[in-house]
Amino acid sequence: MSQVADTVEATAETGEEFDGLRLRGVTKDFATFTAVDDLDLDVPRGSFFALLGPSGCGKTTTLRMVAGLETPTSGTITLAGQDITHDRPYRRPVNTVFQSYALFPHLDVFENVAFGLRRRRQRDVKGPVNEMLELVELTSQARKKPAQLSGGQQQRVALARALINKPEVLLLDEPLGALDLKLRRAMQLELKRIQTEVGLTFVHVTHDQEEAMTMADTVAVMNKGVIEQLGAPDQLYENPESTFVANFLGQSNLIEGRVRSRAADVVTVDMHGIDVSVPAARAHADGELGWVGIRPEKVLIGDEGEALDAPGNTIPGGVVTDVSFYGVSTQYLVRMPWGQELQVFEQNTGRRRLFRHGDRVELSWRPEYAFLLDHHQDASAGAQQGAEE
Amino acid sequence: MIGRWLRERIVLILGLVVLVYTFVPIAIVVAMSFNIPPSRNVYAFDRFTLDNWAHPCIGAEGMCESLGVSIQIGLLATLGATVLGTLAAFALVRHDFVGRSSTNLLIFLPMASPEIVMGSSLLALFVSAGFAGQLGFWTILVAHIMFCLSFVVVTVRARLAGMDDTLEQAAMDLYATPTETFWRVTFPLVFPGILGAALLSFSLSFDDFIVTNLNAGQTTTFPMYVWGVEGKGVPMAVNVVGTLMFLVSIVIVVGGELNNRRRARALA
Amino acid sequence: MSETVRRRGRVGYLLLLPALLWLGVFFVIPFYSLMATSLYDPGGSDFRGYRMAWAWGNYSEVVHAYWPELVRSLVYGAVATLLCLVLGYVLAYAIAFKAGRWKNLMLVLVVAPFFTSFLIRTLSWKLILADDGFVVNTLQAAHLLGADGRLLATPVAVIAGLTYNFLPYMVLPLYASLDKIDHLLIEASGDLYANPFVGFFKVTWPLSLPGVVSGTLLTFIPAAGDFINVKLLGSPNQRMIGNVIESQFTDANNYPAAAALSVVLMAIIVAIVLVYVRRAGTEELL
Repeated sequence: MSQVADTVEATAETGEEFDGLRLRGVTKDFATFTAVDDLDLDVPRGSFFALLGPSGCGKTTTLRMVAGLETPTSGTITLAGQDITHDRPYRRPVNTVFQSYALFPHLDVFENVAFGLRRRRQRDVKGPVNEMLELVELTSQARKKPAQLSGGQQQRVALARALINKPEVLLLDEPLGALDLKLRRAMQLELKRIQTEVGLTFVHVTHDQEEAMTMADTVAVMNKGVIEQLGAPDQLYENPESTFVANFLGQSNLIEGRVRSRAADVVTVDMHGIDVSVPAARAHADGELGWVGIRPEKVLIGDEGEALDAPGNTIPGGVVTDVSFYGVSTQYLVRMPWGQELQVFEQNTGRRRLFRHGDRVELSWRPEYAFLLDHHQDASAGAQQGAEE
Repeated sequence: MIGRWLRERIVLILGLVVLVYTFVPIAIVVAMSFNIPPSRNVYAFDRFTLDNWAHPCIGAEGMCESLGVSIQIGLLATLGATVLGTLAAFALVRHDFVGRSSTNLLIFLPMASPEIVMGSSLLALFVSAGFAGQLGFWTILVAHIMFCLSFVVVTVRARLAGMDDTLEQAAMDLYATPTETFWRVTFPLVFPGILGAALLSFSLSFDDFIVTNLNAGQTTTFPMYVWGVEGKGVPMAVNVVGTLMFLVSIVIVVGGELNNRRRARALA
Repeated sequence: MSETVRRRGRVGYLLLLPALLWLGVFFVIPFYSLMATSLYDPGGSDFRGYRMAWAWGNYSEVVHAYWPELVRSLVYGAVATLLCLVLGYVLAYAIAFKAGRWKNLMLVLVVAPFFTSFLIRTLSWKLILADDGFVVNTLQAAHLLGADGRLLATPVAVIAGLTYNFLPYMVLPLYASLDKIDHLLIEASGDLYANPFVGFFKVTWPLSLPGVVSGTLLTFIPAAGDFINVKLLGSPNQRMIGNVIESQFTDANNYPAAAALSVVLMAIIVAIVLVYVRRAGTEELL
């Protein structure tokens, strides 16, 4: 608790407003490549923050720099206003849940959890450890060795071992990566519950976009050492600012278009001869050319000439080339007159008929769902990596 | 039916035959430890006795003294080789330095040199350095530390290299200083390797004859005692020592194995 | 990320220094002394002292005088190594692929007998192979050995002793490389080659070659330099180079000759190792 007092004092002295984790201009060069490139990041105190990206994007390196396991080549890391860039790992109020858990195999569960308290010479160890074991529901396993536990139990020991120190920031390095899907879903809820309960700042590194979106308040999408976009999960999903984010988080149809006019609140784009409009707030391209983006589930599919409930953007002349029936929804691939195949997801509400391969259809969407991206970006960026997971 | 049964197990059976073959001399050693030979010069089984076990030092003049020398040298050589070798293994796995490949070669060479060459080289050094008159306990010890060292380095290095170093990062992350990290995490995890290396060192040192014989001067180790009495009539008490060595090693290795099994069962 | 990070700096050198010094002073420098001694004036002795004379003649003299022992050492060593390979391969294969849950126990049992003194074990063989012992009597009854034939004091006994004593040096590396082979590969070879022997020589044997190379070297080197087996089981007719070196040092006190023989033995072994390892294509072993 004395640490919190110190922090408050320090904040008062420096007049610093921000009391979370702050990275400024952080760069990490390795011998052959730059893992993290001039990164700025603010993680507010008490938030559940996810760093999301494909493997090799620099997210783990960022985490290790915060933990003190790597030293930045340049830049500063501050925590509650205090510069911790060059503090040794054991001197910073930051704890990590490692991807491999890194539980000490020669110590039992109790001693693993007690490790941090003992190193800080805390007098009462038994009470807090038992409390923590209760929180992660491992009280009955206290005297077992880590190797005797299941993957999910080991994961909770790793979490308890870090949490018990009440760190300013808890770092989670793909903590659920080694678990099977079902256990992973359960642990996601568990982690979220614990974070809400203890109210600590969590920084969670993951390549699983679903995991990031379901758990975090704020998601930063990282790619090639820089942050592509940062925001609340729904905001990132609904209004991606780059092709990478559009493809890595969910799926997107990206259609080439030429900007015809820019008004205060709307941009009109000529998309292969059809005018579509995109709200100005969702247009992230300055040039003449751009990618018109629309999420597959926002696209409505109907018979030619059918009046669809989507005034604004209607694109006729499609032919269904593939139908995948999923039960709860149906996914269509529709070949457009310009040769591109677009994806359409439709909920099986029962109110609309199923289309078949070869049916002639027209597509439409509400203008407020569309977005416009920079044409210089690769339209397939992030698509493979996103789909792999 | 029998043909098929045999075909599936033939390799295992042959392997067991080879294994039994390795135990034949041990059986003889054990049997002879309960033997009164027909005469002092005849090494053959004659009559059963427990005397060899009850009074091993009587009738085997100098054997127990030589045993004492061997145990002392064994313990000191183990201590020396284990400390030096463990430090070197840490350096090799955890530290970067110039000349890594020549260092590896230097550590490998003693294991690949014939003992007679190592022994005669050392003798040549001691003689040229004017130590010819001082050959004895200390020159044996120096030699034993030398040839045990490489085995310690190799054993401990294997254990260290197989250790996940995120464990040490985790310790540091949990407020352990580098010193605490070493004593609380690294050392306990490497310890089985160090212990194995120490046991290996002791048995190498205790059993060495070729290098020892060349550098012993007037000192007599247990293998040198056996060598000396061979031809003059080997006292049966020598077999008591042989049996004990076998039993102790069996207890240590089988005990270790049972311990592993118990741990493995606890996991299930 | 789990890759070991090697720290730079002085600590590494400090940790390494004691061991390197020890090996330098008591392994490398002695070898120079040995080479120097081999060139000393052959007329010297413990009492009169030795003098560096660059006496290269020592080498031609010892090679001329002891070439039969040199050749015999290599032949005995090679035969023993081959026998060890056959016995060791069967044992290692059984442990790696057939022992199931007894694997570790069998491995322990392989090593256990060899913790009993080398000399005492060899003395046991002397008893087993004795002139009126069970083995000799049986062989005589089967007419495999003449009525007054014997095993002791013959090359058979010496080679048998060498084979027995160095067997673990063969089994352990063989086991290590066999154990690494994916069992599915062997099963697949069973599908591909109808004859299990063909399957063995096409799949298992090539994959176990690293173990074969290190096992044969670890067996051959000490076996070729050994003199205990000859002394206890053989006769002067089976003298090996180790016996000569030992007696030149301890009995004859002819240091220059003994040193020259040691250097020759080492040179031959280094040459054999280099050629062998290059032929087998497993340089990474060194």
